Amino acid sequence: MFKTFKTILFRDLTLAMRRKTDILSAVFFFIIVISLFPLGVGLDKTVLIKIAPGIAWVAALLASMLALERLFAGDYEDGTLEQMLITPQPMTVIVLAKVVAHWLLTGLPLVLIVPLVGLQYHLSGEAILVMMMALLLGTPILSLLGAIGAALTLGVRGGGILISLLILPLYIPVLVYGSGAVSASLIAGESQAYLLLLGAFLILTLLFSPIATALALKISSE
Amino acid sequence: MKINWFKYAAPSTFYPLAGKIIPFFAWSALLLIVGGLYWGFFQTPELLSDQKQYYRILYVHVGSAWMSMWLYIVLVAWALIGLVFNTRLSYMMAMATAPTGAIFTFLTLWTGAFWGKTSWGTYWDWDPRMTTELILLFLYVGYMALQSAIDDTRRSDKASALLALVGLVLIPVIFWSVNCPDPNQCAALHQQSSMSNIEPNIRIAWLVTAVGFWMFSFMVILMRVRNIILDRDQHTSWVQGLDEVRK
Repeated sequence: MFKTFKTILFRDLTLAMRRKTDILSAVFFFIIVISLFPLGVGLDKTVLIKIAPGIAWVAALLASMLALERLFAGDYEDGTLEQMLITPQPMTVIVLAKVVAHWLLTGLPLVLIVPLVGLQYHLSGEAILVMMMALLLGTPILSLLGAIGAALTLGVRGGGILISLLILPLYIPVLVYGSGAVSASLIAGESQAYLLLLGAFLILTLLFSPIATALALKISSE
Repeated sequence: MKINWFKYAAPSTFYPLAGKIIPFFAWSALLLIVGGLYWGFFQTPELLSDQKQYYRILYVHVGSAWMSMWLYIVLVAWALIGLVFNTRLSYMMAMATAPTGAIFTFLTLWTGAFWGKTSWGTYWDWDPRMTTELILLFLYVGYMALQSAIDDTRRSDKASALLALVGLVLIPVIFWSVNCPDPNQCAALHQQSSMSNIEPNIRIAWLVTAVGFWMFSFMVILMRVRNIILDRDQHTSWVQGLDEVRK
């Protein structure tokens, strides 16, 4: 089982490395959106500090959504997905490997860019750390939930927007607690509860999302 | 005596059955809703607080809120039956339930906005119950969007059934989001349930109207599923032989 996981993980990473623009465009989308808000909202420092958590989270959400379409589409088009479905290896392991690869390519870079957000929004060092921690817990959740949406809408016209429509409602609690963690640390320095709750969401989605995604892939490939 | 549990699982047997029971639900809905609202408007006192007459909107608001949550559970039940037994009609019932559920959710939010404005001074408050009800509306819309986006009916049925199942986790959140352990910590617009200490006349009117909405849902969903059956099975001989179709 671990061998399957490793094989699929390295395969996906290798394939993505051959087309670096896919990864970089998600990251740059995040940077551009983050930079747009101060220009639109105004440059008042206190306002920027207050809105920073929410904006960072929504931008991370949107950037991840952009890349989700390509999670299964490539394999679906050339028939590899079908082969994956009929192998004796459990589909949930294969799905998990693909989602982990997706997260390493789109979620993790976002976590690493958070200091840039901190710079533009005048956040303190502590707030930046909390934001990194919160995004570190939250972006895998987004990749896991988004995988369900991507699997359901395989090959459908207008799939990208549809994925967002389907998955954003499920993602709202994560958004609320994720940006709440940073806001709480800004106001009261007490973000532990929010981070623990995010960790709980992560464990829950880690358990159930691969199963739902595998089921959805089976439905979409019939 | 051997019961054939799947006798009405065929659209051709269910269609006439549905046609026969719709009038029963139509009349009960009419009587219950009119009766309940009459009771609520003319047999109950004005509330002594600032709300005065405006509180009466709860007869519509609470009933449609209960229906919005209940119909989602019904939708998921049909989706589950469809996935387990692979019966087409179950998926059609789920598809028929979604628009009614979405309309009730919207009605809840709409009447709630007016009630909020008149009684608490605000159309919208972002308190947990309100926000999760809004998310429920998004879930219904997502279900209907996925259903219509995929052309192949078998695939669209199963995919949207799975989506509805994934969204089921939200219903307990809506229901229990008002039960905050320490009321002083959660200053929200919706408070804990006070159904037990409300004036009996108000409670009767509200329950009667809620059941009336339920009868209405039955009627509308059965009517809609008949339409869906006609649409999907239009090429079959039993549909071609129906009076409505031959005319």
